[in-house]
Amino acid sequence: MSTVSRSMPGRGADAGFVQTAGTGEGRFAEPAAASAPEVAADPVPAAVSAIAGQSEAFGLLIRGLWAENPVFRGLLGMCPTLAVTAAVQPALTMGLSVVFVLICSNLMVSLMRNALTPHLRILMFTLTIAIFVTIADLFLRAYVPDMSAVLGPYVPLIIVNCIIIARAEACASKKGLFASALDGLGSGLGFTIAVILLATIREILADGSWFGVRVLPSWWVPWTAMKLPVGAFFTLGFMLATIIWWNSRKRARAAASA
Amino acid sequence: MNAFTELLVVFLSIALVNNLVFTKFLGTCPYLGVSKRIDMAGGMGLAVTFVLTLSTTMTWLINRMVLGPLGLDFTKYIAFILVIASMVQLVEMYVRKFYPSLYQSFGIFLPLITTNCAILGTCLFVDLWGYDLPKAVIAGFGGGLGFALAITIMAGIRERLDLADVPRPMQGPAITLVTAGILTLAFMGFAGMVR
Repeated sequence: MSTVSRSMPGRGADAGFVQTAGTGEGRFAEPAAASAPEVAADPVPAAVSAIAGQSEAFGLLIRGLWAENPVFRGLLGMCPTLAVTAAVQPALTMGLSVVFVLICSNLMVSLMRNALTPHLRILMFTLTIAIFVTIADLFLRAYVPDMSAVLGPYVPLIIVNCIIIARAEACASKKGLFASALDGLGSGLGFTIAVILLATIREILADGSWFGVRVLPSWWVPWTAMKLPVGAFFTLGFMLATIIWWNSRKRARAAASA
Repeated sequence: MNAFTELLVVFLSIALVNNLVFTKFLGTCPYLGVSKRIDMAGGMGLAVTFVLTLSTTMTWLINRMVLGPLGLDFTKYIAFILVIASMVQLVEMYVRKFYPSLYQSFGIFLPLITTNCAILGTCLFVDLWGYDLPKAVIAGFGGGLGFALAITIMAGIRERLDLADVPRPMQGPAITLVTAGILTLAFMGFAGMVR
């Protein structure tokens, strides 16, 4: 099996998965017949193979972290990104909940990808996500009630977070279990990194503290505006501008040296 | 305070003071995505108002009449999203069949609305605040109008921004977010009007 997949390189993430299956990690191995047509119909994007090198699945993981960060690049999941980032602690809780929901729903969607019909697809995604969000919400309410109270309805609002539906649509409904899980992990961690960065800036400027610990000296005058919605919009806007500026500078330098 | 004043306060509160987009960040995705032209923004706002009024009513009824008495509170989110999805589907079919001209103007936005967090968010907030039925209906209607107002203002500003000389890295999403931030500052002027 592994020799077959090696003989046709660059055929999508399932090829990468089969390869790892040959080396003993294939607990989730599926009948090859089921995934074969999809493997053939899924040409690999050039960017992935450049980053990933050997395994497509790990490429999906890395790609979600920065190169295709769902918040900075995709502008997805704006609502929680802006709403829960007044302090680092709720942002981290939110990020980890999204990671959990994203991995579970990606696995589930990947399992039922052959049974999906086009017009019921989005409904099935949403229902799957709703089930895992309910689990996450009950878990948070039981074990971290303070955080659950701070986050309020923004935990159930993960159901309509576009990142999760986008990943289900773009990756999990086409690829195998292993690739989908890693893709979910990558995008989820990418989202977590983004919200923590945003929350770090906002909490330090607004309270002079980070993760509840005071980091700025006492003469610091807190910027109350950073706690308000305006701080969220401004900080994210300027972060996006910085990233675009940084990338264009890097590209200009590469062009100059070439 | 008589009943009418109370409803008026709920309406003003959710439409202006606690505007969904500016204070709750609900519906930010379409707010940043769709708000490029005023007519499209208006259509989207109308569609959201329509669906939001219906779905706050429906989810309130189902939550209080079915899930509460049966002790099925933990299925709330699944029930809410199902209600919203089927609501959107029904409204789309009904409008397409009986009001083709209305469908022309805002029907194309209807499928997008299922995943608009303003809808689910308002239903959840109405549940959290413990509103009764008239207040829930008014909150849905007011929230929708507030969203329509926000997205239309934004579209107007963005049409002007096309002509402005924006620094290169700020072009696109960055300037839109900063504009939205300034708009939230403007809407903060309504704070204190109602509690």
